[in-house]
Order: sequence, then C-alpha cells, then structure tokens
Amino acid sequence: MTDDTNAPEAEYLGLLAQGCFMLQRDPQSGAAVFPPRLRAPGHGGKLGAFAPLSGRGVIYAMTVQPKKPPEPPRIVVLVDLDEGGRMLSHMPAATPDSVAIGDAVTARIITEGETPTVVFDRAQ
Amino acid sequence: MSWAEAFPRGRSAVVGAATFGLGECPGYSALEMAAEAGYRALDDAGISINAVDGLFVALPDDYLGGLAMAEYFGIAPAIVDNNRTGGSSFLCHAIHAALALDAGLIDVALITYGSNQRSNAGRLVSALRASPYEGPHGARMPVGGYALAAARHMHAFGTTREDLAQVALAARQWAAMNPEALCREPTSIEALLNARMISTPLSVSDCCLVTDGAAAVVMTRIDRARDSRAPIPLLGGATTVTHKEIAAMPDLTITGAAITGPRAMAAAGITPAAVDVVELYDAFTINTVLFLEDLGFCPKGEGGRFVASGAIAPGGALPVNTNGGGLSCNHPGMYGLFTMVEAVRQLRGEAGARQVPGAEIALSHGNGGVLSSQATLIFGTEATL
Repeated sequence: MTDDTNAPEAEYLGLLAQGCFMLQRDPQSGAAVFPPRLRAPGHGGKLGAFAPLSGRGVIYAMTVQPKKPPEPPRIVVLVDLDEGGRMLSHMPAATPDSVAIGDAVTARIITEGETPTVVFDRAQ
Repeated sequence: MSWAEAFPRGRSAVVGAATFGLGECPGYSALEMAAEAGYRALDDAGISINAVDGLFVALPDDYLGGLAMAEYFGIAPAIVDNNRTGGSSFLCHAIHAALALDAGLIDVALITYGSNQRSNAGRLVSALRASPYEGPHGARMPVGGYALAAARHMHAFGTTREDLAQVALAARQWAAMNPEALCREPTSIEALLNARMISTPLSVSDCCLVTDGAAAVVMTRIDRARDSRAPIPLLGGATTVTHKEIAAMPDLTITGAAITGPRAMAAAGITPAAVDVVELYDAFTINTVLFLEDLGFCPKGEGGRFVASGAIAPGGALPVNTNGGGLSCNHPGMYGLFTMVEAVRQLRGEAGARQVPGAEIALSHGNGGVLSSQATLIFGTEATL
C-alpha cells in the first residue's frame, strides 16, 4: 500500500461488509462511478472518495431466468442508480409479474457465501 | 489521416478458406481441429504450411493457443497474434493480418480456430471469469446479457418475440440449403415461440447451437493472391470494444457495430445499399436485429419489423446468414470465422443451393463477449477493386 491509494475493489467490498453501500463520484460529472476505479473512466481524472448512496434506482432492463423447482426463477436486473452508475443485480424478494422496466427500486445488502452484494426490492 | 483513408483497401485477399468437423467431431481436440481446418485452407490456397509467417489463433481452452498452434504446425512465424476479443477475434485477426501483409512484414497469414465443446463438454466452453460485482447474482451468462438487451429493445421500440422468431425461422430456411448445417429440418413461428424459456424474452430457439467446429482462412498480398484460383480481396474493416460486462454497455439498444459498420464501409468505399450478402454473428436472435440496424440496413428501432417482413429470409431483399448462422448451422463458441468463410464462399460463387446470384460485395460481422467487441469486414470480388 502506497501513498493515499487504496485498492478500490477491496474498499468497496469492505464497505459493503460493514453495511455501507458507497461509491466514488466523478468530480467532472458529479455522477457515481460503478464499478469502482482508481481514476475516472473515460478521462482518467481523480475520483472523489467513497460517499453514501440513497440506494434508490430505476430498472433499466430485466430478464427472468427459470430455475429447477422448487427454486424460484431468478429476476436479473440492470439498475440505474439515482446518483449515477448502472449495476447488474437481482431481486430475490420479487415475483416476475410484479416488476418491470422503469420501476423504482431500493437497494439492500445481502451476504451469501463470503462476498457481500447489493440486491434490490421494489420501492414502497 | 482517417481510418478509412489509412485502411489498405483491396491490398490483401483471402486465397484459401475451409471448415472442418462442423456439428459433431468426436475424438478430436480443439487444437487438432484448428490444425486440420488450417491445413485444408492452405490446400485450398495451394500454399504449404512452411510458407506461413503470420499465425492468428484463438482457441477455446488454451490461453496460449497461438504458441500451441505454432508448435503443432512445426513453424516459427514472424507474427503470432493470439488476440482474444471473443467471437470477433478472427475478424480482428484479419485486419491485423492485412496491415502486416501490406507493410511487407509477412507474406502468408493463416487465421485458424477449432472447438470440440459439443463432444467434449456438451455446453458452451468459456475461459471467462465472473467479476466480484456480477458473480454473486447468479445470472446465467452470456445469455442473460443478450436477454437484457432484447428486453430493452422491446421496451424502447415495440419489438416482439414474434419478430425475434422470424430471425430464427430465416436462419433455418437458409440452413435447409446448406449440407454443412446441423439443424435443417423445417420449423414454424409457432414451434419457435413455444420453445423452452431460458432467459426472458429469449427461449432456447433464440439461442445459438452448441456444436463442434473448425474454420480457417489464408490471406496474402493482392499481387500473390492473383496467382491463386479464387482470391477474394478485403476491401475494408473496423473493430471496437465498448465494454466487457453488460452493465457497462452505454445503451443496450446500440452496439459498437454502429461505429465499425460505417467505418468499415467508408474504408471499402461503399454504402449499405452496395452489400449483396450479409453474414452476422447471430449468437442470439436479438444480435441480428441490433446489427442490421447498427450497420445501416434499416433504421434504429425498425430491426424487428424489418426481419418480420421476410427481408432476410431466402427470396428476401437482403440475404442474411446464408449458411444458417449460429442459430441453425453451427456455433462452436467463437463463431466469427464462419461469417468470413461463408462470405468468401458466396463471393466465389461456391455456395451451392444457397448461392446468392451475382454476389459481388459481402459483409462479415463478428461479436464478442456480451455485445462487447464488434468487428466488421467488407469483402468484394476482384471486379470491385
């Protein structure tokens, strides 16, 4: 470890493990950057520190992948976060007919196995 | 200087092309299949393996496949290009080969590929690792990425599952005329729509086959090519990469083909209207719709209605995937080289029952990852030089 440089992937996952969903911001656009980077994608400028997110977003695209019963189908989504950044995720508590592209969603951190990850629920 | 001005238009040509072991090829390793396709393409060109000084390879199961291939052939090439951009690798290879040939660094380029995934594994063989961001979500990839793009295209433009089924139907109708194709039996829109769902809106009939297969092409400078029996000049080409994982694709309804198509056609000095036959990387039905739009054969958003009109099927205005494509002919995991071989066969007039009469210009388009890498080549007959 040198200077003030942290490995962004490890820092993001470490924050998630502490229950904090946080991303860096690109000072040029003000938008959150996902996945985390050492420098800003596209122009290589310095990124802001990891900062909290509202957890709110909108479904940009969605696909349902059937599983062998009794396992429920997996609802896979791309979510555009309100602060910027698009992430692939899934919606473990939703049913296929209850969600669609354009729906508002909220983030929740779960840990299955060793790696914490962000899943989404329909916004109330 | 622009890419179009710098591209060595028509200064290299494909002089040999071959396939081997399409469908099922039990008992062979991927390396052996790539070697046999290479030998057959060289036989077609009338060139010996010891003349090959540029070797371009991507194997499904060997990170250092270019090295293994050179050893297998028993040659020490001046250039070995093991570039792997996924299924588009071989179209990238062709551009790199054209540049090296034109510069005089090499005289004979061999581009070769083989995969035994159907006989060996029975499923898509991939060297990809899931990222820590996408891995935990348990999404089936790559089909999930293409399904997300299809869902977005439907949402944005009203494209339907019936439109996508028309892509699969056209592919099957072309395959019926190709003795090399694995799936040649007639089907119907109804049967295609009733197929098992894999990742909505894509059913198994929207997904490419899982086959074995090998292919190869040989390229030389145009002066030497004129000594061969049926040279097919490379008029233009372009490649790009827009992302790796589907979440990073800027707009799921616009692929990098919107960049590579116009650039390759500018290099060739043509417009889409000049293209007689189109060979697209149809790993999934949505690919054909997206690429037809992005390459300029129909307006953005109209791809579904374009294919539903029957335009791409036999007898239609624009022959697309005349070998049956990845959907009905073969798909060994990295399909791009087969788009090149079929383009060459069409321009040579050697495509048998599926021959597009008088074809002078063919477009070959490759795709890698989840719509991540795109590569376009324009081939022409000698009359187009």
